[in-house]
Amino acid sequence: MRKRRGRGSAGPERFGDRVRMVRFRLVLVLAAAIAVHAGPRPAESGDADAGRQAFDQCKACHEAGAGARHGIGPHLNGLFGRAAASHADFIYSGSFLRLRDDGHVWSAETLDAFLGNPDAVAPDSRMTFDGIADAGARADLIAFLQSIGDGTGMALLSGSAEDHGIDPAVLAIEGDPEYGAWLSGECTTCHRADGGDKGIPSILRWPVERFVIAMHDYRNKRREHPVMQMIAARLGNEEIAALAAYFANPAE
Amino acid sequence: MKLDRRSFVGSTAATAALLAAPAAIGQGRPRVVVIGGGAGGATAARYIARDSKGAIDVTLVEPTRTYYTCFFSNLYIGGFKEVADIGHTYGRLASAHGVNVVHDWAVGVDRAAKTVSLAGGATLSYDRLILSPGIDFVEGAVEGWDVGAQNAMPHAYKAGSQSELLRAQVRAMPEGGVYAMVAPPNPFRCPPGPYERICMVAHHLKAHNPTAKIIIADPKPKFSKMGLFQEGWADHYAGMIDWIGPEFGGDKVSVDPAGMTVTIDGEETGVDVCNVIPAMKAGRIAELAGVTDGNWAPVSAYDMSSKADPDVHVLGDAAQQGDMPKSGFSANSQAKVCANAVRGALTGSKVFPARYSNTCWSLISTENGVKVGASYEATDEKIAKTDGFISKTGETAELRKATYEESEGWYSGITADIFG
Repeated sequence: MRKRRGRGSAGPERFGDRVRMVRFRLVLVLAAAIAVHAGPRPAESGDADAGRQAFDQCKACHEAGAGARHGIGPHLNGLFGRAAASHADFIYSGSFLRLRDDGHVWSAETLDAFLGNPDAVAPDSRMTFDGIADAGARADLIAFLQSIGDGTGMALLSGSAEDHGIDPAVLAIEGDPEYGAWLSGECTTCHRADGGDKGIPSILRWPVERFVIAMHDYRNKRREHPVMQMIAARLGNEEIAALAAYFANPAE
Repeated sequence: MKLDRRSFVGSTAATAALLAAPAAIGQGRPRVVVIGGGAGGATAARYIARDSKGAIDVTLVEPTRTYYTCFFSNLYIGGFKEVADIGHTYGRLASAHGVNVVHDWAVGVDRAAKTVSLAGGATLSYDRLILSPGIDFVEGAVEGWDVGAQNAMPHAYKAGSQSELLRAQVRAMPEGGVYAMVAPPNPFRCPPGPYERICMVAHHLKAHNPTAKIIIADPKPKFSKMGLFQEGWADHYAGMIDWIGPEFGGDKVSVDPAGMTVTIDGEETGVDVCNVIPAMKAGRIAELAGVTDGNWAPVSAYDMSSKADPDVHVLGDAAQQGDMPKSGFSANSQAKVCANAVRGALTGSKVFPARYSNTCWSLISTENGVKVGASYEATDEKIAKTDGFISKTGETAELRKATYEESEGWYSGITADIFG
């Protein structure tokens, strides 16, 4: 055997440097999987309270309840019985528009199929969502979504942080989309310009305020991710506003 | 009339584009020739054509019709990808952005006449020339090896057939056989690349040939992500990998491709696969263009223009720019700065200050990804590092999996950004 260069031990410590992407990672323990596809109304067997917990992941992008507005995704009041991509005031990805053109209507059954395998139902959408493998967990979520109704009877559920601590004057900065287009080159090396979200979330057509808050959170290290913290660290307020303005309505 | 870049190859839109560029009237559209269709050149061609909306005539010279990315080619060698997964064509650059894609070799540059000559006999004129030729190997860098021996001892450092050859050789290794790597001296393309490759070869051997051995002869005492790779080798491939640094003669290497032996510090070893990654230099055309100083082409950090000629820009691996590693990510980042500057110079569009960044992901084992990255700024002296990060040893499997998934997302993102 040749002489081998020694090396130190790797060290037993575990670092708490966790990546939290805006991504569904449901860990749900349920005793029995429910054969959702077999039953005509799977939501009847779901637990809306458990589904309410699961919705915490959804509300990063989707609002529901009284006064819900569109955010990164459309609000989810009055979802059942509605055609896919049917809010006139939300800009959908081509994937959901094709679903609409195919006559897709949201029901317990169609939602179950979508939540189970989003890529099969709406491939290449901007929705950053891997799907929920567990049929019982899907049933719970669907039961909760049904309980929303038109939203008037439920307190607002929203992922918009009220305590972001960002100066309203900073939020009010009008971004220069041309400058944003230039700066966006640094983003599109990783974030797909067409909104694809495999492995890296889509940042296309986010509401300006949500975009600005997210970038400030990275800059202030309130939101974790080493690449994003590094990118945000050298963006000024004007530059963040410019990027938000550009990505809210990117050039085709 | 609103220009639609998807249709401006049509005559009507092209005329409109011409009218939209007053500087070009009377002398034809300004011409940009880009040599090399990798991460630097294809990005520059795409961004200039797309953002000038037809006001600049962009020609991309690239010999291959299918470009195999060097990044992720190690994952192919490890069996995580198929060769088609890392192949990209130029159709969208032509059809969506109007880039004139010429599949030929650039064999000469006349900087006085501002022309490029092609192996096929044609001559292209340019107002601005962008060289992004990648790497060539320094002759005589490894005693006993030259390009004529690259089938017996592949480098697999230009992806494609070389990658396929190396993968086939690893898979054909006899039980308990020996894989040797001759690692390159700094600076070279993809600093973590040789060591990620070791992980990928070890991953295959562990599953199919667990008594096989890997020897690395390295002229460098330290390498990129060294702690992370050594942790990975110990955790996943214990007893398989012997890294021999210069302290133990890793810098004194010769090879015999006919006899399939490697001699390290006077000790000869018979090997079954020998992956020779020689010292590198800028792609030959940079030297022919007279913009190199030593092995690389010095450039301005502000716009990637050659220090020898402001009308010539050099991108990516071939450029000597300062602190950025030679990576596809870096080349893509530099190309955007260059494209913005070239467009500004030729059409008067707004030029924004340069900004650069890079991240390199590596795969250690299944769903076990690590990364290193940095941001950079332009200074009078060089592209200078301003900030950076690196994965840590001892990270959770969950974080390593997320990092791997992120690398998949990055591959999808950057190849869309390069090839359209």
